[in-house]
Amino acid sequence: MTLTINDVSRTFTSEKGETIEALSHISLAVNNEEFICILGPSGCGKTTVLRIIAGLESASAGSVSVDGEPVTRPSPKMAMIFQEYSLYPWRTVMENVALGLELKGMKKPDRLAAAEKYLDLVGLKGFEHSYPHELSGGMRQRVAVARALAIEPSILLMDEPFGALDAQTRNRMQHELLGIWEKTKKTVVFVTHSVDEAVFLADRIVVLTQRPGRIKEIVTIPSARPRERTSDEFGQIRRHLLNMIREESDLVQ
Amino acid sequence: MTRRLGLILPILLIIGWEIVATIVNNPFFLPKLETVIPVLLSPFSDILGTGSLVDNALVSIERVVLGFTLAAAVAIPVGIGMGRFSVLNDFFDVTIEILRPVPPLAWVPLALAWFKIGIVSIVFIIFIGAVFPILLNTVDGVRGVKNTWIEVGTTLGASERQILTKVVLPGAAPTIWTGLRVGFGISWMCVVAAEILPGPTSGLGYLIMYAYNLGQINVIIAGIIVIGLIGLVIDLGFKAVEKRCFGWRGLER
Repeated sequence: MTLTINDVSRTFTSEKGETIEALSHISLAVNNEEFICILGPSGCGKTTVLRIIAGLESASAGSVSVDGEPVTRPSPKMAMIFQEYSLYPWRTVMENVALGLELKGMKKPDRLAAAEKYLDLVGLKGFEHSYPHELSGGMRQRVAVARALAIEPSILLMDEPFGALDAQTRNRMQHELLGIWEKTKKTVVFVTHSVDEAVFLADRIVVLTQRPGRIKEIVTIPSARPRERTSDEFGQIRRHLLNMIREESDLVQ
Repeated sequence: MTRRLGLILPILLIIGWEIVATIVNNPFFLPKLETVIPVLLSPFSDILGTGSLVDNALVSIERVVLGFTLAAAVAIPVGIGMGRFSVLNDFFDVTIEILRPVPPLAWVPLALAWFKIGIVSIVFIIFIGAVFPILLNTVDGVRGVKNTWIEVGTTLGASERQILTKVVLPGAAPTIWTGLRVGFGISWMCVVAAEILPGPTSGLGYLIMYAYNLGQINVIIAGIIVIGLIGLVIDLGFKAVEKRCFGWRGLER
């Protein structure tokens, strides 16, 4: 699997008719089974990058390709996990997870068996027949992860998936995500505005500037996992990133 | 407790009715309770040569079902189109906004001119009454389908058709159902009103008007009670389905 983002720019027109540049010349080659975090101040266009990779939006210039093929619309090689409100409230947990397979036309017993397997992987055994509104925020995001994994993509795209969770749940979900990532060998592109989250998760962190979002720096995290949030090394990297982000935020004010 | 509280007023009304009827002592103005109850208790016996309460109720129900089904068959597809595609919305919107405030009964003369006296005219009036609430609720329901739900479907590989059947329709279903419920209520009012007008020779509306011509006020009151009860039972049916199938409404997370 190779994911290449090649000189992607994105402009859009505001209601007043002005042309706004959201992203400017983003290039990145993501390695197979790599965990990439895209980090940046709010409004820098990090979600837009992810949506362009996913094929939900198109680039104004440049291109994204997966295994050499340009992405023009959502591809089965990639699955996206949204921040919240992504589960179908009229479907049970199991039916939510099985949806991707249902859309492909897989027979019911087969797709339910597959859903069961992924629910087990995210630690939701026993909740197959619950409805989303009966679950906590963390459990709902586990369902979203299981649903994405069920279509067996090689790339997971995650748009601040833990952004709406409380701090403890968030830390636990980060741990579990790394466990799942190690087991399933996916390539992950994870958007976050949390420096801490990025340092804990990523192999490489792509730091974006204020709008128009450009790549300010790509930071490689050498530390072995699981990482200790209180270690000196963790603190150093975090300080470096925080300084960068602060510079960017100060530019606006 | 609330149920019991709600029963106080009907009981007071009945007692008040009986007192006034006794004082007035004029069955052509306000008949006594004991002349109405026998009519209600023998729903299968012929009334004034027009057929029984049940016969006439069935005729009215049949007309409503025809007009209502026709309205739903037109309003739901058009509403889905308008909700999904702004072009269709712009195309239909002005026409609908002009026609919608016209009371269904204002169409009666035109209906008679076009379709003559008979079932077609009545069904047409019912159609006019039911079509707008169903249409507007369908449009609302489809617009209320969260964009994230649609994007999740797209990233999981859904075709346009699958987005419609697996995401948009189930997502809009509770609101469409509300439209059907409101539409059926209006249909029921329309059928009785249309039957009161000159022409029809059966139905609950016709029965009470015929009873008026013969000065049988007790039959009029019995008819009104039956009309109210049938409307109530149907509405309870709609509510029961709503509770059973669309319990997730308002619990989107």
